[in-house]
Amino acid sequence: MKEYILNLLEKNKRIDNRKLDEFRKIEIQKDFIQRAEGSARVKFGSTDVIVGVKLEISEPFPDTPDSGILRTDAEFTPIASEDFFPGPPNENAIELARIVDRGIRESETIDLEKLCLEKGEKVWGVCIDIRIINHDGNLIDASALAALIALTTTKIPKIKDDEIIREEYSGKLPLKHKPITISIGKIGGKFIIDPCLQEENLLDSILTVSVREDGKICAMQKRKNSLKVEEINKIIDLAVNKSKELRKLI
Amino acid sequence: MMKTDEKLIINGKRLDGRKPMDIREIEMKVGVIPNANGSAYVRFGKTTAFAAVYGPRELIPKHLQEPDKAILRCYYNMAPFSVSDRKRPGPDRRAVEISKVTKLAIEPALFLEEFPETTIDVYIDIIQADGSTRVTGINAASLALADAGIPMRDLIVALSGGKIDDTLIIDLCGKEDNYSEADIPIAFLPNTKEITLLQMDGRITPQEVKDTIRNILKAGEQVYKKQKEALKNRYK
Repeated sequence: MKEYILNLLEKNKRIDNRKLDEFRKIEIQKDFIQRAEGSARVKFGSTDVIVGVKLEISEPFPDTPDSGILRTDAEFTPIASEDFFPGPPNENAIELARIVDRGIRESETIDLEKLCLEKGEKVWGVCIDIRIINHDGNLIDASALAALIALTTTKIPKIKDDEIIREEYSGKLPLKHKPITISIGKIGGKFIIDPCLQEENLLDSILTVSVREDGKICAMQKRKNSLKVEEINKIIDLAVNKSKELRKLI
Repeated sequence: MMKTDEKLIINGKRLDGRKPMDIREIEMKVGVIPNANGSAYVRFGKTTAFAAVYGPRELIPKHLQEPDKAILRCYYNMAPFSVSDRKRPGPDRRAVEISKVTKLAIEPALFLEEFPETTIDVYIDIIQADGSTRVTGINAASLALADAGIPMRDLIVALSGGKIDDTLIIDLCGKEDNYSEADIPIAFLPNTKEITLLQMDGRITPQEVKDTIRNILKAGEQVYKKQKEALKNRYK
């Protein structure tokens, strides 16, 4: 299989007939979970991810007493792959959650300053929970897109006597920016986007880049082996370019 | 059991407009997780479960293997966003117990002796909870096992019943569950009417328990039919 994939790439072809810089079919379903304040299900081919956003009343961090809190968690549930098992999140799940979190946090996606309820005492905590339903590669890009879309659907619950009234809302979650996260893999001298699992396992290297709508890069993570400067430059340009395509889907 | 002044049945209708013996809208799909050997999506109203079956596959560590049959492992898990107040990820004591009774509910339907030294892993993921999650999970597991082609004596049908406002009902939603006078989840094999899951909490008379079991066995026929339809739709 390895030989086959590499031979195809030599001819700028891929096992599923895509171009090197072509995404798989992307399907988006919004408001998938009515219980959550925001949610989205995103499929990249047969990679399938559900993100739910819950809001809870939290204590602010001492250094930002009037800012809301963001936390991102991911579970690689064993329904999604024969290689996933029950138990606490492993390093891959934690890395994924942190990369998605960084894209959202550093781009200032959420206007956290508008989420203060009582300075130094109470703020909204925005909890993004990522759940993998089927794993066929490129979980990070699918999760980041699902997280962003879920945030765009998120509503703020009403509060009465310090209690949250679930499923009644006072408004939308204030968003300032919209980052798109794209991972570009290097394989046999070629650069590919949206690798499926078989390709992902053969990558020489991969770099994940989050791009804001104003073109600013807000997070990066090299996830395998090494890259040369010119390769990184090329990947950044490609990521900025391809982010426009995904942005149209939001 | 919590108390509420709110009436749960008004003019013979429940909060969501159902009559006492009505089941919520049911959606069932199989083959929804390509990586799994078998999988299913089941929704009763808002309560939504995925189930995936991996196996029969090699069981490691080897000392857990049974020389004359497969072992069955079931895991029930709830998404943090499946409930009103976010739930901490990972199984709690409740999930561990539900996993255990789920395994016991499913096991009698399987010919485990066909696959010695292996494991059959059944994973249930509740992505939205509005009451009756364990029976929804068992219905999903039943379909996922059938989808995986694992030999079964019968499908496993599961449904809850209980009592609210002095009325016996079936298929409790979350609010009814919270304020019910009784909650009885049941799973059974429709052909033989063997009951493979039976739990109960509440305070009702022996006769009401017996009536609820009878109601569930009867209404379960609709769930059985839906399961069979979902399996047939896979091959349309």
